Amino acid sequence: MSSQVHGAQKFDEAKRAATVFSEEAMKTVQTIISHYPPEKIKSAMLPVLHVAQAEFGGWLSPETMDYVASILKVRPVEVFEVASFYTMYNLKPMGKCVLEVCQTSSCWLNGAEDIVKYIEKKLNIKVGETTKDGMFSLKVAECLGSCGTAPMLQCGASYHENLTYDKVDTLLENYRAEGKLRSYTDMDYKNTL
Amino acid sequence: MGRKLLIHNDHVPNIHTLDVYRAHGGYASVEKALKTMQPDQITDEVKKSGLRGRGGAGFPTGLKWSFLAKPEGVMRYLVCNADESEPGTFKDRYLMEKIPHALIEGMITSSYALGAKTSYIYIRGEYFYVARIVEAAIAEAYAAGWLGKNILGTDFSHDCYVQVGGGAYICGEETALLESLEGKRGNPRIKPPFPAVAGLWGCPTVVNNVETIAAVVPIVNMGGEEYAKIGVGKSTGTKLISASGHINKPGVYEIELGITVEDFIYSDEYCGGIRNGKKLKAVVAGGSSVPILPAELILKTAKGEPRLMTYESLADGGFQTGTMLGSGGFIAMDEDTSIVKNLFTFARFYHHESCGQCSPCREGTGWMEKILQKFLNGTANESDVELLWDIQSKIEGKTICPLGEAAAWPVAAAIRHFKQEFLDIARQKKFVDISHYDRLNLVRA
Repeated sequence: MSSQVHGAQKFDEAKRAATVFSEEAMKTVQTIISHYPPEKIKSAMLPVLHVAQAEFGGWLSPETMDYVASILKVRPVEVFEVASFYTMYNLKPMGKCVLEVCQTSSCWLNGAEDIVKYIEKKLNIKVGETTKDGMFSLKVAECLGSCGTAPMLQCGASYHENLTYDKVDTLLENYRAEGKLRSYTDMDYKNTL
Repeated sequence: MGRKLLIHNDHVPNIHTLDVYRAHGGYASVEKALKTMQPDQITDEVKKSGLRGRGGAGFPTGLKWSFLAKPEGVMRYLVCNADESEPGTFKDRYLMEKIPHALIEGMITSSYALGAKTSYIYIRGEYFYVARIVEAAIAEAYAAGWLGKNILGTDFSHDCYVQVGGGAYICGEETALLESLEGKRGNPRIKPPFPAVAGLWGCPTVVNNVETIAAVVPIVNMGGEEYAKIGVGKSTGTKLISASGHINKPGVYEIELGITVEDFIYSDEYCGGIRNGKKLKAVVAGGSSVPILPAELILKTAKGEPRLMTYESLADGGFQTGTMLGSGGFIAMDEDTSIVKNLFTFARFYHHESCGQCSPCREGTGWMEKILQKFLNGTANESDVELLWDIQSKIEGKTICPLGEAAAWPVAAAIRHFKQEFLDIARQKKFVDISHYDRLNLVRA
């Protein structure tokens, strides 16, 4: 059933069996679930998918979605329809650091396009691509609510604002030196407001 | 200096912590409400205050609360809309990040008024770190007894939870938000029934914006009548304005409703004028959805009166010569800005964010983006201006939720006020971006 639900994606039963939350992540998931009435735990879908994405390599594989479905006691398609609707869930593998450059109005007025071009040139990738070493993916994003501190980019939970070329250089160097998978759920976020 | 009621303490070190917030008078509204007021009295005060929804629609909050169905034995919910995604708007982020307890205090006091035992704060997923800050504040509030069972020894018990979204502008529409909160795609519901009757999990629900809920705190503290003395006519109280674009001092400002737009743009207390000594060309006054106005119409109404920062004054002249206060997302553009290109970023935004339920919006937003791309490529014809006008007119009013209008209005207004710019590009068969803005800023460390 699952392989049909996920369409062209190949479903691996062995991989599915190996997809299990760490104890810590499971504790977080249980806390999230406790926020809703027992018969309404499907409501935990969005936050649990964020935890799953962070836990399983920065994207939601068919196996991961199947696992989340089993925890929330819903059909796999109910997970897939959510994961495919919201922009923050990646349905394919991404670089460790996903750079999301805001491109809407105020950011454009302050040079977002030039920031995108600069990163494209520096990393030798286009928007939508990942560097060969798997370190960075570049995306454009719609308004991230940082209009007064434009231009900006988001990487995981961190907001990098009032960007200049120098700042971009520094943050890319830092992320590369760190070499860590960056997720929205990170607690060690940076913000500049 | 105007009065500030929401972010007056934003400069106080550690105001995000409970102790410091308490030391500056925090949670007084909860004490006053729970110990000395009946729930309906609070709704009456909110009605008297004239408070209008601060998310963008401007619907009277007290009236919205009074619509809440209260059948016996059925749970009622308060849901805070913190899905702030309207381009140009970042005030709720500022409030939650700087003074999270102001929102939590408002949630408790408002929930008491509505008889809600549980409330949710739905924060857009991109603001994950803001959600962490709010969650930490909620934990402090629980530990100090402001949340949980029998608050202040009364019969009132309340639980408040944060839920993060997944990245979708549409979830700022209240029924899409509820769908999302239920763990589904953010497809807006057909109304009626309205959330006040059948909202979260089919239960009566009030959905209010962050700033609206935070405003309940000063209203309860000072009384609705006192609050209503601030402002002009039906625009009472204070409003957070997110100012961005080509101004000297972008940021979040709390204004008394009723100051002039000119004062807001040019005085040093607020935006501090246009950057690099340039002239103001146009303003989007209330978030991307509201009609853009050229400088002369944003500063003065068509009748020649000074335009005020109020719901009524900004709307003066209807869409022919006016706009809306909306969410207070104030984007100012200088003389070198291409209105066509700015509109393209809006059209791309609405195309990206359309949920796809209604065909006029799903197809129309993408079509408008494609046509505007032709202008940027220099391949548009004069007839494309008429086509754009035609498409937007066929989206407006023909969709389940207001995203259709939100996508149509900016296109209509840009053509209404800046048609020549479109025609020039179409006639010359080329688009030249003369904005110089950023080159200066970008290389500066």
